Amino acid sequence: MASNSIKIKAKAENGETTVKALIKHPMETGRRKDKETGEAIPINYIQEVTCSYQGEPVLTAEWGPTISKNPFMSFTFTGGAPGEAVELSWKDNKGGGESASATIK
Amino acid sequence: MNTNMKRRLFLKASLASGAVGMAAAAGLLMPRVVLAARSEAAFKAESVDVAVKESMGSDSMTDSGEVTLEIPDNPENGAVVPVAVATTLTGVESIALLVEKNIKPLCGVFYPGKRMKPALSIRVKVGESADVIAVVKSGGKLYSARKAVKVTIGGCG
Repeated sequence: MASNSIKIKAKAENGETTVKALIKHPMETGRRKDKETGEAIPINYIQEVTCSYQGEPVLTAEWGPTISKNPFMSFTFTGGAPGEAVELSWKDNKGGGESASATIK
Repeated sequence: MNTNMKRRLFLKASLASGAVGMAAAAGLLMPRVVLAARSEAAFKAESVDVAVKESMGSDSMTDSGEVTLEIPDNPENGAVVPVAVATTLTGVESIALLVEKNIKPLCGVFYPGKRMKPALSIRVKVGESADVIAVVKSGGKLYSARKAVKVTIGGCG
């Protein structure tokens, strides 16, 4: 699956797979103001992130708006071999979302 | 069909999709892989105790050496503070990350699957110098670690 917002890398080593994911997202808290117009920038943040391997969730995360802009996350799970797929998807508070998959290296 | 009819149809359609959008935002249509439904009360909470209670089911935490937090001492830019949390505890049900003085302290709750090692790295916003707190739920009990972080540029404005 192609995705414009997700960059994901997965590397297998010693029977473990490390996943590194970068999601392009403004993660607006709703408290910032546009510097030119002075208008409040509406709250817009990722609420849910799921990473799965072989159809089973490896990590499910619930986020608030205080996760940094363009969130980066990394973690490790046992198993996984080069050539297999890891999937990641996100959903934000405005109904936006995307998913992407990476081949384990 | 005249223009007026088209307009009516368009209005109807956009109203309907608007309602679906709102339902999705409220979590009604989201597939639930998490056992516990997202607790909006936890994310809206303005104190660490309430946020922990709403997200982890209890607010009695024990400081534990089995939970480690790695954060640069002086990250300067509060908008991007790298945090690494790890634990040697087993049977981890969830991990919560909080920043004590943020207006809404709860940053995120992580539910490791069976395969995942209970450790992860992420970046959070720190509004002003404050303690970052990690809470790990294992065997129904809460274990925590905290670390003071000094920021020179707040990260929530």
